[in-house]
Amino acid sequence: MNEINNSILTLILLVPLAGAVLVMLVPDRFKLPNWIALLTTLITFGLTLHLPAHFSLTQAGFQFEINRLWIERPAIFYHVGVDGLSLWLVVLVGLLAPAGVVASWNAIQSRRKLFFALFLIQQTAMFGVFLSLDLMVYYGFWELSLVPMAILIAMYGRKNGPKAALKFFLFTFIPSAPLLVAILWLYAQTGSFDFTTLQILIAHGNFPAGALFWAALAFLFAFAVKVPVFPLHGWLADTFSEAPVALAMVVAGKLGLYSMLRFHIGLFPEQARLFAPLMVGLAVVGILYGACLALVQRDFWRLMAFAALSHLSLITLGIYGLTLTGWEGAVYQILSHGVVDGALFLLLGVLYDRYATSQINAYGGLATKLPRTATFFVIASLAMIGLPMLNGFIGEFLILVGTFTGVSKGWAIVATLGVILSAAYMLWLIQRLFFGPESALATSKLPEDLHVGQLAVLWPLTALMLVMGVAPMLWLPTIATGTHPPPVHVQTITTSSQVEVQR
Amino acid sequence: MIFVLHFLLNHEDLFRILPEIILTLTGVLVMLLDATLPPGWARRPLGWVAAFGTTLALWGSLFQLSLPEGTGFSGTIETSAFTVFFHVLICGIVLVALLLSLDTLPEKSHHQGEFYALIVFGAVGMCLLTGAVELLLVFIALEISSIATYILAGYRKHTARGPEAAIKYFLLGSFATAFLLYGIAMIFGATGTTQIYEIARLVPTAQNQSFILAGMGLMLVGILFKVSAVPFHVWTPDVYEGSPTPVVALMSTAPKAAAFALLLRVVYEMLPTLRPVWQPLLWVVAVLSMTVGNLAALRQQNVKRMLAYSAIAHAGYLLAAFAGLGTSGIAAASFYTAAYAAMNVGIFAVVTLVSGYDEKLPLINDYRGLIYRSPLLGSLLIFFLVSLIGIPFTGGFFGKFYSFAAAVGGGAIWLAIIGLLNSGLAAAYYLRLALVTAQRPDFDGEAKSTPPQGSPRVGAAVIAAVAMAVLATLVLGIIPNDVLRATESGAHTLQAPPAEISVPVNIVEPPSQP
Repeated sequence: MNEINNSILTLILLVPLAGAVLVMLVPDRFKLPNWIALLTTLITFGLTLHLPAHFSLTQAGFQFEINRLWIERPAIFYHVGVDGLSLWLVVLVGLLAPAGVVASWNAIQSRRKLFFALFLIQQTAMFGVFLSLDLMVYYGFWELSLVPMAILIAMYGRKNGPKAALKFFLFTFIPSAPLLVAILWLYAQTGSFDFTTLQILIAHGNFPAGALFWAALAFLFAFAVKVPVFPLHGWLADTFSEAPVALAMVVAGKLGLYSMLRFHIGLFPEQARLFAPLMVGLAVVGILYGACLALVQRDFWRLMAFAALSHLSLITLGIYGLTLTGWEGAVYQILSHGVVDGALFLLLGVLYDRYATSQINAYGGLATKLPRTATFFVIASLAMIGLPMLNGFIGEFLILVGTFTGVSKGWAIVATLGVILSAAYMLWLIQRLFFGPESALATSKLPEDLHVGQLAVLWPLTALMLVMGVAPMLWLPTIATGTHPPPVHVQTITTSSQVEVQR
Repeated sequence: MIFVLHFLLNHEDLFRILPEIILTLTGVLVMLLDATLPPGWARRPLGWVAAFGTTLALWGSLFQLSLPEGTGFSGTIETSAFTVFFHVLICGIVLVALLLSLDTLPEKSHHQGEFYALIVFGAVGMCLLTGAVELLLVFIALEISSIATYILAGYRKHTARGPEAAIKYFLLGSFATAFLLYGIAMIFGATGTTQIYEIARLVPTAQNQSFILAGMGLMLVGILFKVSAVPFHVWTPDVYEGSPTPVVALMSTAPKAAAFALLLRVVYEMLPTLRPVWQPLLWVVAVLSMTVGNLAALRQQNVKRMLAYSAIAHAGYLLAAFAGLGTSGIAAASFYTAAYAAMNVGIFAVVTLVSGYDEKLPLINDYRGLIYRSPLLGSLLIFFLVSLIGIPFTGGFFGKFYSFAAAVGGGAIWLAIIGLLNSGLAAAYYLRLALVTAQRPDFDGEAKSTPPQGSPRVGAAVIAAVAMAVLATLVLGIIPNDVLRATESGAHTLQAPPAEISVPVNIVEPPSQP
């Protein structure tokens, strides 16, 4: 068992890559690429489940660590490991991968080999971002995650693929230039790319405060674009409306939010506190702005994009509130947002494949034709809105409580408005898509509800929404071991831990 | 006669130019065979002869590692880890270029034998240039390599662009070499010697400092022309556009590698004491090259012109390494040369295969849907573009990484920031090509109008060439340790011992902001 523990993370990184190579080698017949991709993602998911099964709650620091010299000069280590913060995110990526394959099963008809190979490379890149503890390796995976995404958007874009791909790539690539300079500067100062070493050195080292401020800003800027945080969300709507469903499911939020927690606040706690008021303000603006724009969209991909902006801003609020409750809520909300968004995108993808339009007003009255689709969609939407007993509620509640008690009552009240608005646009979307008079579109095609594969994905996702909604204590203790926001004021800590106890 | 015999028996000196000897003999052999073969016979086997000779020369340079480090022929030529590194690099590039030409040159093209011979003779000059420690030999080597490339540039005589390219390249190139020669003369005037070590020893105490500065400036003009750095870059797009693509694969990399080796030798070995003068100069040239190259490339419609401007930008990234101190700068520059060569040869090989020797598909829009027409070529093109953008796990990333790390280590943080923002800018045009390649061809109904491929034959040679480029790009991106070690030992041999500057390891005071 020890041997598995020592190499499990390498396996998680290599299996999708090996799958990608295999997909490229087999002939494109009998849906072979699809099956190999599915098998690879299932194996990878199985491997990720090994992590929570053998994760020790009592052990501090990183677990399943591997730390080997990769490049001598400058000293770059292949250093990977998980803690409570990244553990469930890794599992989430593993979970969404088979869902993505199933979502693309029939949607992708041409160049399947290339699609699945790139999809699997994207998996490796995402795992790499969550697992890396060496800044250079982290940066490598961070950049690598852009390439398959951009190519696939260009290849399979719905109307204007290349343009959206270019926008996505440049929006996320250019901010990573200052990030790399900041990383190199840290190396020039300390001689190390290692996360834990740097953390200690920054906390105790005699760095010039001014320069450290700029380095922290460079980190924050790169992450904020990736999340995205208002007003840096320019790429989001186009990407969502062009990206293949499987990739839209995996792209938003997770990488940027995780990086903020780990590498921005984790490395620069002092500086993060300086930025926190600004970020809280932007997050609240983002919540309302995204929700308002979602209300007026005519295209359901764009509606989902602005809904995502609103929800991701809420998570950002939880992160930069710098409270323990807020952090737990934020990590929990990243997980539940991933699950819910995965289900919603899968369902919208089914609709789009069948009716070939994303214009909301073309739909209507589908509920009688496609009862299963409608039911799953309603459940997932309710989870997204934050109905108690479903998973969206827990995270939102924790974030808002953290904000209310630890940051400012005013911001929390304004942010709550966003939750109400999210109910408005999601319920209205349901009404327009599934209820009301039967549209010409609904009668034009034979009713053909979800097929077995899609059901096999949606049932577990829906069950997960429910379980995550009623039994958050299955996840929260693990998350709590990895989330230690920097102490702001002693008073805040006590209040937030009181809330903990009360809950 | 006796003198010649004595000379031949002086083994050690001969071993010091072993790769050059092998290459010369190969070239002569190819020329002779070309002349003796009956007119009707295929000349293609001559290309294999040339490729074999180049491989031998490559082994010859590796053998030179076993020689004691030092100079031969009365201190005119040096063998060291540095020269071996560049010899191997140049021989590798030439080999790939030969293999590429073997399959892509039209069967009936005239003077095929000469074509191969010229490539090999050019390689002699380039190899000699990296080893020369005597300014006159430097000049001769530069001329040998330049003349071969001038002729090769104009090889498509039947087109208007071919001769135009050759004449432009020749006239401007001659000017540049004249500048170099004038610079050499001035330095000779100031120090009384043309031997690089001697000059390095004499420069700090020489009386005519203004002569030395002027000589350095003129030499830099000549060398920066060869690496196509701004403001000496105007020839690049025209020449690249007019020359046959396999030749561009060669001349955008090998002569540049040699010229960068010379630049490293001149600034780090010959004039290390003048660092306060040349470092700001190269800083400005680096920033200008990146910015001008990238901005101009954004507007290009022709793939080869776009890649020409991108080559200018890459010269800028490489020059950023010269802001690095001592060994770190030299090692970074050498590594970048290798990484750049691997990916650039690769992308020009793919471009050759896509558009053919006669370039039926010169424009970016002609590549629309390439990945649907030919998945392998499309994927390879995207792969090399990804490396040129500088995405991790490819050679392009580590090249840029080391170059800017050296710059940051040398205190030039702004140079690194400008450089990395520039690489964001560059991503825009590389991606334009990559995304057009990946675009579904049925958009805008243009699929039907896509011209049929004048596809060159895909034989063993070209497969080997592309495979070597892919492999080199990946190796430099994933396991760069060995190459890095080679560049570092090369950097140590180039550095004069007293000028060694220790690299900070632990926390130190921050480098001063520029």
